[in-house]
Amino acid sequence: METNKSEIRLMKGNEALAEAAIRAGLDAYFGYPITPQSEVLEYLTLEIPKRRGIVLQAESEVASINMIYGAAGAGARVMTSSSSPGMSLMQEGISYIAAAELPCLLVNVVRGGPGLGTIQPSQGDYFQATKGGGHGDYRLIVLAPSSVQEMCDFVFEGFKLAEKYRNPTLILSDGALGQMMEKVEFPEDGSLPHQIPTWATTGKKGRERNFITSLHMEPEKMEEINLHLQKKYKEIEENEVRYETFETDDAEVVLVAFGLPARICQKTVELARAKGIKAGLVRPITLFPFPKKIISDLSKKIDHFLVVELNAGQMVEDVMLAANGNCPVHFKGRMGGMLVQPEEVLEEIEKIVEESLTLNAGQE
Amino acid sequence: MQEEMLIEEMECVYKKPHTLTDEYMHYCPGCGHAVAHKILMEVVDEMGIQEDIIGVAPVGCSVFAYNYMNIDMQEAAHGRASAVATGIKRVRPDKYVFSYQGDGDLAAIGTAETIHTINRGENILIVFINNGIYGMTGGQMAPTSLFGQKTSTSPYGRDVAHNGYPLKMTDLIAHLPGAYYVTRQAVHTPNTVRKFKKALKNAFEYQKLNKGTCFIEVVSNCPSGWKMTPKETLTYIEEKMLPEYPLGDIKVPTQNKN
Repeated sequence: METNKSEIRLMKGNEALAEAAIRAGLDAYFGYPITPQSEVLEYLTLEIPKRRGIVLQAESEVASINMIYGAAGAGARVMTSSSSPGMSLMQEGISYIAAAELPCLLVNVVRGGPGLGTIQPSQGDYFQATKGGGHGDYRLIVLAPSSVQEMCDFVFEGFKLAEKYRNPTLILSDGALGQMMEKVEFPEDGSLPHQIPTWATTGKKGRERNFITSLHMEPEKMEEINLHLQKKYKEIEENEVRYETFETDDAEVVLVAFGLPARICQKTVELARAKGIKAGLVRPITLFPFPKKIISDLSKKIDHFLVVELNAGQMVEDVMLAANGNCPVHFKGRMGGMLVQPEEVLEEIEKIVEESLTLNAGQE
Repeated sequence: MQEEMLIEEMECVYKKPHTLTDEYMHYCPGCGHAVAHKILMEVVDEMGIQEDIIGVAPVGCSVFAYNYMNIDMQEAAHGRASAVATGIKRVRPDKYVFSYQGDGDLAAIGTAETIHTINRGENILIVFINNGIYGMTGGQMAPTSLFGQKTSTSPYGRDVAHNGYPLKMTDLIAHLPGAYYVTRQAVHTPNTVRKFKKALKNAFEYQKLNKGTCFIEVVSNCPSGWKMTPKETLTYIEEKMLPEYPLGDIKVPTQNKN
């Protein structure tokens, strides 16, 4: 099969992500099987020996994230992927990686929790992904794809951002996106060049020694490290916010949803518009940095936000912070692996509109 | 004037390995880590591999090893050194890679990583410092603590009915087919130091062959954790530690010829 040219294929989200990683110049992948993301490891163990790179099935997620730490520290372009319970196991390692400022790409194909939960899609790991997840003050750059095409595109984007900021980037996907098949167009193989960074531990030939650490015993030094990290996160917030809007220009009710529910909500907007309700949609693409400004701007001119998530209400807190009391923020969520339907979101919109009409009528 | 002449004419018979930095060591007086560090760096010097080696030092007293070893190094999370070393070696297979781990790290929290790294036969060297106690956190019981050994978390002595048995990791891992060279050494006498040095040289030579993991246990001491003077710890090693952890090669390559 010709693999170095751009081409269009019909693929599962997990496989598209894995193929994209090879084309993006992945040096090494370390991972552990877990449903619903095992296709990533399966695809890479099949393809990498025929093409380029290293793929290794680790004994646990704890081991795989630490292999990522070692290989990223040695200057390789590396990726791991897992699903919710496995990501929980990786959190200590991710904190070390963020503290040591090692670029790498992490992928969470989220399943319903808490606990062992279910293997169906969920967005219950939003807090874990965007607020740190492990110990200490750190952030991941978080990208939320909503199509199989973006499962591919965000691999390239994820490596670019990780290497630009020396920061781990996380693709926050879900069980449905990982499993469903769609048309996907791949960029050319080798279109994302990579050089071994000067700080990497590759043997100190011709230079002073390098070391990778997150340990600083003096509190003054540790505060300095923290301030440096915070400065970097601020810079990321200023430069890397990504989102999409749909029908927001004249909207009175604006839906906010990320990932797959954003596509479901787009249908809801169409259904609402057909009924004469001026609905719109904001879809955050970067969950960190969160698109605060568009939410804040809209909050001053619309009547309602309705946040739709596959969880008990997590991103809704960030929307409320950005809206800062300018307009009511409502929430509709499904949990445990259930998807929302366009019609049930529409019902929620109708309820909100009706309630506010009654309220206004009562006031007049 | 005459005195100066005499000094100048003296022959330098021993000096610190230049791969050991001039940093003031934080190890307690009499601690085996200082000797083990020095000998390790001496071997790196003598083999001329200073620019081709990457070390990993995880949480424990030796987490600061990168302050003393003038080579590329990575600090690792508690127990994860061999996974980190795996990551490094897989992407830099032409470099020498070693981890330097304590007993709490390697034999308790990192048992899974240790077993699986060696079972995969990763071409790295694992140096395992066994002093039967958690040094950095202040002398708590380790998986390798001896029967009846008093520590801050076994104040009445290690009771096997309650705490289980001293874990002999080195004997365990010698059974793994991925282990190429497994030996138990010490650094408390000139003779043991010489043997440890030879074992290190062997291990780095073997690493070139890509035949599997080399594993060197070093039975060591912890004057502060054991609540003994450095001199007393030497007797304790001889009388208590070595009967439980006897020195010598446990697995040697049966054939080095192709």
